[in-house]
Amino acid sequence: MEQFLQQLLNGLAVGGIYALVALGYTMVYGVMKLINFAHGDIFTIGAYLGLTLLVSCNIAGMLGPVGALLAVFVMVALLTALVGYLLERVAYRPLRNAGRLSAVVSALGASIFFQNAVMLIYGARFYVYPDFLRPDFTVHLLGLNVPGVRLLVIGATVALMLALSAFIQRTRTGAAIRAVAIDPGAAQLMGINVDRVISLVFLIGPGLGGAAGLMVGIYYGQIDFTMGWSYGLKAFTAAILGGIGNIPGAMLGGLLLGVIEALAAGYVAMAWKDAIAFMVLILILIIRPTGILGERTAEKL
Amino acid sequence: MKLQDIRTPMGFGLAFLLLVLPFLCNAYWLDVCVSIGLYALLALSLNVILGQAGIFHMGHAAFFAVGAYTTSILNTLYHWPVLWTMPLAGCAAAFFALAVARPIIHLRGDYLLIVTIGIVEIVRIALLNDVGGLTGGSNGIFGISRPTFFGFRISKGIQFYYLVWCMVGVSLLLFHCLWHSRFGRALNYIKEDDIAAEGCGVNVTHYKLAAFVLGAFWAGMAGTVYAAKMTTIAPESFNFMESVIIFAVVILSGGSQLGVLISTFLFIGLPELLREFSNARMLIFGFAMMAMMIWRPQGLLPPRRRRYQAGALLDRSSCAARESVRGGSAV
Repeated sequence: MEQFLQQLLNGLAVGGIYALVALGYTMVYGVMKLINFAHGDIFTIGAYLGLTLLVSCNIAGMLGPVGALLAVFVMVALLTALVGYLLERVAYRPLRNAGRLSAVVSALGASIFFQNAVMLIYGARFYVYPDFLRPDFTVHLLGLNVPGVRLLVIGATVALMLALSAFIQRTRTGAAIRAVAIDPGAAQLMGINVDRVISLVFLIGPGLGGAAGLMVGIYYGQIDFTMGWSYGLKAFTAAILGGIGNIPGAMLGGLLLGVIEALAAGYVAMAWKDAIAFMVLILILIIRPTGILGERTAEKL
Repeated sequence: MKLQDIRTPMGFGLAFLLLVLPFLCNAYWLDVCVSIGLYALLALSLNVILGQAGIFHMGHAAFFAVGAYTTSILNTLYHWPVLWTMPLAGCAAAFFALAVARPIIHLRGDYLLIVTIGIVEIVRIALLNDVGGLTGGSNGIFGISRPTFFGFRISKGIQFYYLVWCMVGVSLLLFHCLWHSRFGRALNYIKEDDIAAEGCGVNVTHYKLAAFVLGAFWAGMAGTVYAAKMTTIAPESFNFMESVIIFAVVILSGGSQLGVLISTFLFIGLPELLREFSNARMLIFGFAMMAMMIWRPQGLLPPRRRRYQAGALLDRSSCAARESVRGGSAV
């Protein structure tokens, strides 16, 4: 039982990170019907930017550990949002009216570009995150010793997801994003600036992805330049699992995928955990072809 | 001049160039050309699924892997001659494709895409974990023997070059016939609009599955050639990145066979040409991928529009009309 609960909490922490990255995929897909394969690499960029800011700028010395964590968090989110915005302008906007798969190949090219850019700048080796920021307290919860960093990651991801939900559901801009996701043409006729909405989505999604990269750095303490590829793939899987284009779906899918993986690693075999995650995905899609929360859209004739 | 108009001379030029190429380049470039040929085989087979039928399939490396491992296991454990295993490798890949595609073929667009990516990952992880004690885990299988062709042993680079490119030639011819057959037209129709195709009596599920099985068969045979060329195979040769490259080759090609060949040269040859930039070459490669798609969003060479003998039909019907008019005036 204790092992089960520990694995569950671990799964929720990893799943929360998957969910944050998955939100970037699903929001972009919602407004543009594009799978942004470069999103995973923006996540990597977030992790590396966080490292640079922490190590070289001595923020911790100026603001203390908690202040530094918050400041770096905000700066990483802003910088990766900028990267995402530029990516959309350069690689996707010229292809807006082309076939969907052309934009996918452009996204794959952007992914290779970013991955190698990070490798050239930082070198092809592992980096270790400074551990003076890693909260080293443990919490006693229901008879379990839970590392504080795990609770911190779960708390931060839940807070970000709630904030995003409130933004999408309650504000006028959020309504504009939802409208563009449903029908860009009609949204434009209603006076919504579709280009601006798409740019906004390319700020929010990559911002969340970059923040998730920072969290992985703090949670695992170790980053490398290829991690975006595997995390990106997992997060994309999570987005599909929940029903792509659907924001609560991405959150649910991410958490579910994290828990499935943690349980598979704990009870079946570490080496098979990725395979089991994909098998569960395939099984769910066979039963529900548009994901768990995805609506069945009527086929247009 | 448009790219479209110089298609035929370009095809002949390419064929001639390929024929004399081994005598012009050194051993290193010959090796590169052999791998370009292998990728061309894979891309041509994926073109049936992705380019002609329009099924979002990003997991072609899985079928390639099944073929390569079938050959390797039959050759190293049971000492079958390599080329004899080729049809079997194709069949194994085709059966595998049929088994995995049957339950998922009704998924739409991006859902199918992630499932095919999942299949590649599952196959790779299964191979890594040494399923059934046959696949050799992460080391893979080594000591695959060289193919013999009626007693003639193929071991040199130039012999592999002609073997691979002959297969490419045969594939081009067969897929050309396929494209112009009833089957090819059905796939084309499914790509353009699968609901309308269903409405016109095309059995969409049946044709999509057939495209999958055919593409997988070809990829399995390419796996045989790969295993014979390398004499050693490992799971990492069949990872998701390989699938991505083959996918990108087909999308950049635009869907015609000549386009596939040119696009394969660009994708596999370009990183080799950029070798002098050492570490930065993949950076430039990624940038080139974006630039090429923005330059030609429709792909390098989309297939020519289908032509039908409408002229003959028109002549006959106008004759009939004239007849009826003449008949009318006589009354």
